[in-house]
Amino acid sequence: MATGSPQGSPGGLRAAAVEGIISRSLRWGVVISAGFIALGLAWILITGSTGYPPGYYPTTLSQVLRGALGAKPLAVIDVGLLILIATPIFRVAASLVAFLAGRDLPYVLISAYVLAMLLLSLLLGKAV
Amino acid sequence: MAVFLVSVVAGTIGALLGLGGGIILIPVLTLGFGIDIRYAAGASLISVIATSSGAAAAYVRDRLTNIRIGLFLEMATTSGAITGAYLAGVISPRFLYIIFALMLGYSTLAMFRRRHVELPEGVVLHPLARKLRLEGSYYDPALARQVDYTSSGVYESFALMYVAGIISGLLGIGSGLFKVMAMDVFMKLPMKVSTATSNFMIGVTAAASAGIYFARGNINPALAAPVALGVMVGATLGTRLMVRLRNVTLRKIFVPVLLYVSLEMLLKGLKG
Repeated sequence: MATGSPQGSPGGLRAAAVEGIISRSLRWGVVISAGFIALGLAWILITGSTGYPPGYYPTTLSQVLRGALGAKPLAVIDVGLLILIATPIFRVAASLVAFLAGRDLPYVLISAYVLAMLLLSLLLGKAV
Repeated sequence: MAVFLVSVVAGTIGALLGLGGGIILIPVLTLGFGIDIRYAAGASLISVIATSSGAAAAYVRDRLTNIRIGLFLEMATTSGAITGAYLAGVISPRFLYIIFALMLGYSTLAMFRRRHVELPEGVVLHPLARKLRLEGSYYDPALARQVDYTSSGVYESFALMYVAGIISGLLGIGSGLFKVMAMDVFMKLPMKVSTATSNFMIGVTAAASAGIYFARGNINPALAAPVALGVMVGATLGTRLMVRLRNVTLRKIFVPVLLYVSLEMLLKGLKG
């Protein structure tokens, strides 16, 4: 190819290294999230209580954090779920950094747009 | 416990086919466990993200995921997902079942026609694909050789991705089905690249809807917790399996899964 493969240029090499870091941190994100979820679930199964009235569960970030700090098992599960929801967003953000490092302008713009849409959806979600 | 086991299966098949497992999870949760489709959809979004992030590390390492193609098409899907998540509060569940069934029926047919295609041939490079370098190369252990590929049909698949995004927001699925189809039928990528790239994309699309679902209270942690754990286990199994399979085999698994689920959902939609 005239333009060269992504691994062909020094910027591409750097981008490939960043990809490796992204892939490893993603795995850690999943493991940490699974840890919170498993902890919360085991807690509920052992104590038989969710920490909330039956049928109720927190739906905003501040409720989740307050619940988790107040040692409510259901909120601990939610912390894990929110970390999980954040992993793909983190991945797009990390790709943006990788393309910036590789000075790949079209893809800097493309990943910035995707990231903006993701953040927009989170903001809109809170407003509902 | 039953939900956990079903989720393991959903995660394995999801990671294998780039579908996210919603396709299996939603029917089983609604038809088998009698859970309202809105909560099933919330749990399914969690399953999609778990499959995507769980499988990502392995697929990136094997160079199957094409991040450029994925991000480029994600511009269309994330925009669509936001549109869809807002429509979901307005449209009735019964209507959702029927859309889901029709969508699956069509995919089944398209995939069945291409059941003998191992690697696409005579792919005409699209000018935009050249400019954006929508191409790649990976080592295929099943064929024991390096496979180079490039993409055509860029505009068609971009349009289909917007629709895929809307459906994803509406139904709480990653709509990996439509993504795999768009990349397979229009871009003419190898099946493995399509499923791995779809696998990356479904997580990003689902994250766009998941925030809205979470705030609306459609993600019930008591249901989502066993689903997330089960799917993570399943996704690990699925990725190990997928790398070793042939593209033709992947298609053969794809078609009956689609057919069965589409009939189930159509029945549910018609009966109300």
